[in-house]
Amino acid sequence: MASTAAVPFWRAAGMTYITYSNICANLVRNCLKEPLKAEALNREKVHFSLSKWAGGKPEKPILRSDTPGV
Amino acid sequence: MFRQASRLVSRSITAKSATNRAFSTEVPSTIDSSFVEAWKKVAPNMDPPQTPSSFMKPRPSTASSIPTKLTVNFVLPYASELSGKEVDMVIIPATTGQMGVLPGHVPTIAELKPGIMSVHEGTDIKKYFVSSGFAFLHANSVADIIAVEAVPLENIDASQVQKGLAEFTQKLASATTDLEKAEAQIGVEVHSAMNAALSG
Repeated sequence: MASTAAVPFWRAAGMTYITYSNICANLVRNCLKEPLKAEALNREKVHFSLSKWAGGKPEKPILRSDTPGV
Repeated sequence: MFRQASRLVSRSITAKSATNRAFSTEVPSTIDSSFVEAWKKVAPNMDPPQTPSSFMKPRPSTASSIPTKLTVNFVLPYASELSGKEVDMVIIPATTGQMGVLPGHVPTIAELKPGIMSVHEGTDIKKYFVSSGFAFLHANSVADIIAVEAVPLENIDASQVQKGLAEFTQKLASATTDLEKAEAQIGVEVHSAMNAALSG
């Protein structure tokens, strides 16, 4: 039962809505005037730490961060 | 006893299948009295089962007359731009085109495309460029608009927009994979929208 609903081009290319929305927001932020741009770029920063679990205990976490020196 | 109960339930359901069920907003507590009576006959010591609607708060009722003002809640992930502000009209950039929302608008969920959102209050018009998002228009003339990024038009740098537009148009021409094409197309759309917003 193939649905014939028209999908947006980004969905057809395999992108999810959240990815699309974040790309749009990033593009808008890149076109701001200073100093708002610097503040805005702060909002794009991502910081997260990932740890795999084995035997009920977390292993050493992997850190992914845009803030240097962390 | 429970086998009998299910027979009673199915009997009362088939009896009612011809009638149209009202929406939960119109009849806040629909307790099927014939079912409750039949239940009490079979299981007098047990409470009749609850239905999901009895746990739900009733939806805010639609005023019988159309309110004079539209209440707008415009939120971003990092700030609440407008909260409960009463305005005359908002024009939102829906994917189906610019949509004007007046008090008493039909309840709608609209996906927004990159474009200008304008809030009209008397003679005041405040314009924002919205990157994308959704607008929920409720029956009680409350509009919830959510966006990831929204900036007043004065804060957009025209030269950056032109640069971006040229860059992405070029990327679109040279893109190979579907994903690259999609990203380049998004870039072209967003920058053209910003361009139109600044010049329009």
